[in-house]
Amino acid sequence: MAPILVARKVTKRFGGLVAVNELDFEIEEHAIASVIGPNGAGKTTFFNCITGFYVPEEGVIEFEGKEIQGLRPDKITTMGIARTYQNIRLFGKMSAIENVMVGMHPRLSLHWWDAVIHTPAFVRQERKVLRRAWELLDYIGLTDWANHQANSLPYGAQRRLEIARALASEPKLLLLDEPTAGMNPQETAEMIEFIRKLRDDWNLTILLIEHDMKVVMTISEKITVLDFGTKIAEGKPEEIQRNPRVIEAYLGRGAASGLSAAEAPAQAA
Amino acid sequence: MNPIWRSTLKAGLLTGAIVIYVALTGMVLSLSQRPVIGKLSLGHVVYMLVFVGMGYITAVRSPWRQERPWLVPLQGAVVGGVGAAILALLPLIGRKVDLGWMFVTAKPELYKFLLFNQEQVARGVLYLILTGAVLGGVAAVLPILPEVLHKALLGGASTTLLLGVLAELVQRTVLKKVLGPFFAYKGLKPTGAAILFVVLTVLFGLQAWWRQKHPKVTKSVAAQEAEAASPLRTTLQLGALLLFLLILPVWILNKDTYLNSVVNLVGLYIIMGLGLNIVVGFAGLLDLGYVAFFAIGAYTVALMTSLGPLGHGYSFWQALPVAILLALTAGVVLGIPVLRMRGDYLAIVTLGFGEIIRILANSDWLKPFMGGALGVLDIPKPKIGNWVLKEEYQLYYLILAGILVTWFVASRLYHSRVGRAWQALREDEDVAEAMGIHLVTTKLLAFGFGAAFSGLSGAIFAAKVGSVYPHTFNLIISINVLSLIIVGGIGSLPGVVVGALALVGLPELLREFSEYRMLFYGIALIAMMLVKPEGFWPKRLKVYPRPQEEDAEASAL
Repeated sequence: MAPILVARKVTKRFGGLVAVNELDFEIEEHAIASVIGPNGAGKTTFFNCITGFYVPEEGVIEFEGKEIQGLRPDKITTMGIARTYQNIRLFGKMSAIENVMVGMHPRLSLHWWDAVIHTPAFVRQERKVLRRAWELLDYIGLTDWANHQANSLPYGAQRRLEIARALASEPKLLLLDEPTAGMNPQETAEMIEFIRKLRDDWNLTILLIEHDMKVVMTISEKITVLDFGTKIAEGKPEEIQRNPRVIEAYLGRGAASGLSAAEAPAQAA
Repeated sequence: MNPIWRSTLKAGLLTGAIVIYVALTGMVLSLSQRPVIGKLSLGHVVYMLVFVGMGYITAVRSPWRQERPWLVPLQGAVVGGVGAAILALLPLIGRKVDLGWMFVTAKPELYKFLLFNQEQVARGVLYLILTGAVLGGVAAVLPILPEVLHKALLGGASTTLLLGVLAELVQRTVLKKVLGPFFAYKGLKPTGAAILFVVLTVLFGLQAWWRQKHPKVTKSVAAQEAEAASPLRTTLQLGALLLFLLILPVWILNKDTYLNSVVNLVGLYIIMGLGLNIVVGFAGLLDLGYVAFFAIGAYTVALMTSLGPLGHGYSFWQALPVAILLALTAGVVLGIPVLRMRGDYLAIVTLGFGEIIRILANSDWLKPFMGGALGVLDIPKPKIGNWVLKEEYQLYYLILAGILVTWFVASRLYHSRVGRAWQALREDEDVAEAMGIHLVTTKLLAFGFGAAFSGLSGAIFAAKVGSVYPHTFNLIISINVLSLIIVGGIGSLPGVVVGALALVGLPELLREFSEYRMLFYGIALIAMMLVKPEGFWPKRLKVYPRPQEEDAEASAL
């Protein structure tokens, strides 16, 4: 299968700091892949380069064969990339259902005058928006919260709502930034199942950033490891678990040789 | 000393400080000419209310309300008495030392007034302290009474007082037909006040009793969802409201020029408020130069229609769309350079823009076209056919139409793709952009609509007043509009109306207070932020009902 997203020699600097360094990356269509690495490794920066929050200084990012680096975030979303955030960033004072409706924004086309005079096209579109928003809330099991203010929802529900908002934009590629952060083992297990289901139900390609090794190892088909902005390893979960450079990056220099090499995968699992 | 008595004493000292402050602002003396009930003047009321209020607050907060209620009125009496005693120091000291060099308002007349015009100082002081103690004590009785009685007495007393204060207003409206006999030339008659108090107390009591029997349950979201699906009741309520608005100037306000001019001013502020509410309330863009668009609207109509040397002889109806379009264009043009700015930076730049427009209008450079400081005069009133809207109560309908149109547009926009984009922008600009929202168009739409509404308001203003001068359009108008949005409830359409009534209408009606308007603005805003930061009529989430099955089928077909 063809890769849906390709990054070639992507470099992003902040002053003297190289946050992402000549990163080559590919993700196949319909895959679930993860980017991992210690804190400050440049994972979120890479996400921000893909979604247009940052413009990389060098390199090319191609989505479905089209270059997207340097495009405005809203353009990139319209092309079919949606994301969630490490620290949940819902539109807190809007209701849950309104958050989902905002997500549909790039798929709607009518203008303000349609809204003012309520043209038949507008009425039809709004009815569709409403129905689809309820369907999405149904899908993530949040219909009871539909008309509640988003920031009054429980934590887990907010995470799911963020995903529903992203789904509303009908993405082909979904970027999840630490989707299980702050969840207990039970919720984490549910989230893993949910991410798989998402991929199959919506025919998505999913790219995650994740800290929880258990999640990464269970769910990913491919893992890319970053350290100080550079890719240090890439491969299937089993390969990554055994890779000494990964263990070193996570546990510190010298750990790779000796006893800890056996310990690290154990901890990771 | 018992800690409760200690805090009571503290409250008394605080009361004293407040009441001295009130006296030294000059309010007490300057309002003493306005009778409220019999010989009780507004000057008395403003400082006595402090005793009442502090006594009441002390009682509400008193830990003794449950176990030892008989001590609560005593607490109130102490608070009022101590406060009054401190106030009494003012005339006592003032008679020996001249305070006038420091406080302009510390005059012998004030001292005399505070001591109830008594010849003997000691007797005056005694009366003052007794008044404070009695008022504080009586106010402190209310919270220990049963709920219904408490609410009845509080409602009765405050409404009677309010009627006394607004006596002039009452006598100009249709209310006079009912309440006329209770009023003297100015203020209420003592007997009238007593009867009103009793009647109102009974009414409030009945209402409170009814409320207690049928407590208002906060509707669950599910119930709201059901209600949103059947909008019949809202339609009925809207119809009644519209009827009221239609008969307001002619029947209720008796075509009174003064009252209608106040209502019209409120109306113009409502239009502006609805516009700024789009910019600040919906889209979260803090705009402090809002008066600029009001000025552009006003000057456009003035210059196009004026019969004076500067005018061009167009009719109001020709000038109106031009005014709105020009204001809109100005809004968009100002929007372009500030697209990248947020929060305080945006506020400062827009502030500057507001000043630029005013200074341009005032400049010698544009004087040949815009009249400079002398302004533009002889602006004719709007005409519909042969019917000239020259009286305030006639102009009212023009303004009402303006409000209805802007309200309609604002609320339709709010519940659409654009409105949702504005709200998303307000909540989190970066995420909004990442959700596919084009920031440039979305922001410019908000600036454009806000400016257009303001231009409309300005256009009507010019025709209503008949002349425009640059100094009318100063910063204070922008601040007023922003304040009324905040007081009403940011982002809320009914809040704009409530805010305009409270911050524009009320001060106009209480003309005696006009000198202290800024003081009350400040107090109102601070109190607002402390007590009800979400505003008097906060924005409520729109409830989206779940679509019914047949709907789904219908739209699928």
